[in-house]
Amino acid sequence: MAVTSAAHVTAAPPERESLHDWLDRQAGRLFILPAVILILGFSIFPLIASAYLALSRFKLAPGGYTLTFIGWFNFKKMLTGSQQFHLLGTFGAITLVGWVTILGTVALVVWGMLRYVRSGRATVVGWIGRLIMIATALALAVLFAVNLGEGGQLGTIATTMFYVVGGVAVQFAIGLGLALLCAKPIRGRSFFRVLFFVPLMVTPVGIAYTFRMLADTAVGPFAPLWHWLGFAQTSWSADAWTARFVVLIGDSWQWIPFIFIVLLAAIESQPRDEVEAAQLDGASGWQIFRDITWPSIAPVAATVVLIRAIEAFKIIDLPNVLTNGGPGIATESLTLHAFSEWRALNLGGSAAVAYILLFLSTITCVSFFNFLVKPMREGRA
Amino acid sequence: MSAMRRLIEPKSLDAMSPLGALLVYGALIVWSLVVLFPLYWIAITSLKLPIHVSAGPVYLPFVDFLPDLHAWRYIFVDLGNDTLRPYLNSIVVALVSTALAMLIGSMAAYALSRLEFAPRLGSILLFILLGALMIVAVAGFGVPWWVAAAVALALFLLLMRAAGRTMRASLGNGDILFWIISQRILPPVVAALPIYVMFQTLGMLDTRTALIATYTTVNLPIVVWLMYDFFVTIPKDLEESASLDGASRFAIFFGIVLPLARPGLVATGLLVLILAWNEYLLALFLSSANAQTMPVLVAAQNATRGPQWWYMSVLILLMILPVIFLTLLLQRFIAKGMLLGAVKG
Repeated sequence: MAVTSAAHVTAAPPERESLHDWLDRQAGRLFILPAVILILGFSIFPLIASAYLALSRFKLAPGGYTLTFIGWFNFKKMLTGSQQFHLLGTFGAITLVGWVTILGTVALVVWGMLRYVRSGRATVVGWIGRLIMIATALALAVLFAVNLGEGGQLGTIATTMFYVVGGVAVQFAIGLGLALLCAKPIRGRSFFRVLFFVPLMVTPVGIAYTFRMLADTAVGPFAPLWHWLGFAQTSWSADAWTARFVVLIGDSWQWIPFIFIVLLAAIESQPRDEVEAAQLDGASGWQIFRDITWPSIAPVAATVVLIRAIEAFKIIDLPNVLTNGGPGIATESLTLHAFSEWRALNLGGSAAVAYILLFLSTITCVSFFNFLVKPMREGRA
Repeated sequence: MSAMRRLIEPKSLDAMSPLGALLVYGALIVWSLVVLFPLYWIAITSLKLPIHVSAGPVYLPFVDFLPDLHAWRYIFVDLGNDTLRPYLNSIVVALVSTALAMLIGSMAAYALSRLEFAPRLGSILLFILLGALMIVAVAGFGVPWWVAAAVALALFLLLMRAAGRTMRASLGNGDILFWIISQRILPPVVAALPIYVMFQTLGMLDTRTALIATYTTVNLPIVVWLMYDFFVTIPKDLEESASLDGASRFAIFFGIVLPLARPGLVATGLLVLILAWNEYLLALFLSSANAQTMPVLVAAQNATRGPQWWYMSVLILLMILPVIFLTLLLQRFIAKGMLLGAVKG
């Protein structure tokens, strides 16, 4: 049947066929063109424009504004100049924990490089990518060490990394736990599944205000509890770390459902017969998880962590509403930093912060994708 | 002894021991409370008078305090159109941008999963270079933007013809896919200002169109990413036989491939819809009065007198309800859809 219709097509009138052919030949381009044009217009153009803005000074002038090209000044001011405390934080003397962090990172990097050289698949591009990643990882480790050292304070870079790493870790752990529970053969699974999905649907601004209500130690729902514990007079928003953890809790409440729902779907598609066979052989729950469940959901887990990390870098609503970035700049994320510079009409500085955020999140996410997600999806690691 | 064993050991392979079941239910119920309590607090706050909020916590309507509909009356009657307009804006913007992102994104994802593309590296570099020059000319030397755009486009086409052939290096499908996905990494705050200026130049600030166009693009990478994984898992035999029958690519795509990918479309669509419905930062930049969306209205209740918790709660509830309804409706697709999207690659 297929053959006869193919013959029918060749026998069609030439004009119609050429149009048909032309459309078919161009179909691929026509399919992909709208997406490319949109992205060029709304992502690439703003990206280049922002780059220009980051290198210039914006000033309101009578009847409009002026843009003066000032080179790397915006970046210099934040990396080494008067705004260094804001972006990089205050540097303190490195403590023992700091040295352990740095040495641990170095050891990890050396181990990774040795493995890469031994694999025999080393290429020039691979080396360039790895060197950029190593430099970033070491810089972050040193930054954390000096920020957490005596007399040090976290800047917006370290705070953002705390939200990303801490948030994703907490959300992944709880999300995985809930998914494992919901995958058990119990009654009412679908009810829990829908219920646990709900926080994802609430607008982040709404969540931020809701948690501001809930976390109020004077008139919030837990006020009697705080009172009883003797915390009624102390405010969580006055201490840097408790404030950061409250932001983290709000963020987790919203995003655990996302990790939960994806991992649940992955767990339910694991090979059932293998699980049953293992159960017959008397394997414990932990053994089944380690040897059957985890290997089968690892690629999905890596992907979902990546998606979550990409979004986590953009956190702004929660710190903005909950603490307004405070106390001081303790809970300020990079996006909030850029936003507050923008509100202060320092557009050049705002663009520069945004670019630093872009740089950081790109390197982190691309490294994560290349060294964890891709090998897992290809079934190598 | 045997009673003890019955408590711990499961009766059959699939069932759990009573003790295990108790622990599982305990954990699930604890988490249900964690999920429900903030929602409950929003719901009762929407029924509270200001005094009930400011004088310390009250928990149970009719027991601790007498519920009052003043906040609901304010939002629906006093504000009236000022609530309705953002609500309509949010609905229109979220639905239209989701539909567009799904259509454009699935088309691109399908093309990437079925056809080979090889854009020349040279032409891409040329494009970026001309784009940068154009922006420098407009921002630095005050050239009108449409002149710069026309010159850049003409130069691009000319140079492509002249020099395009000499550079052989080209990229593949994987690179295009990665490029599109990487756009999601772009923090909105990087793009917000230039997009603001762009719409200002076009005179389209504070319109739904501006928001729709922006949201469509912002969510496009997610659609391409998830739908690409779907299309890869759909066997090609059907399409091949349809193609032999003389069906065009378009007919195949809309007639065969899209219906087959329905679970993925629903799951991805719902995710994108939720993201567009809840988006705040870009809406704050791009809308003021006419095109204001609900998240901006929620934040606007933080007035000079401090946050108006009761009004805010009503608005948050109004925002959650339709999404919950939609999720219940599409529930069975979600788990299936999310899975396929994330597993296969």
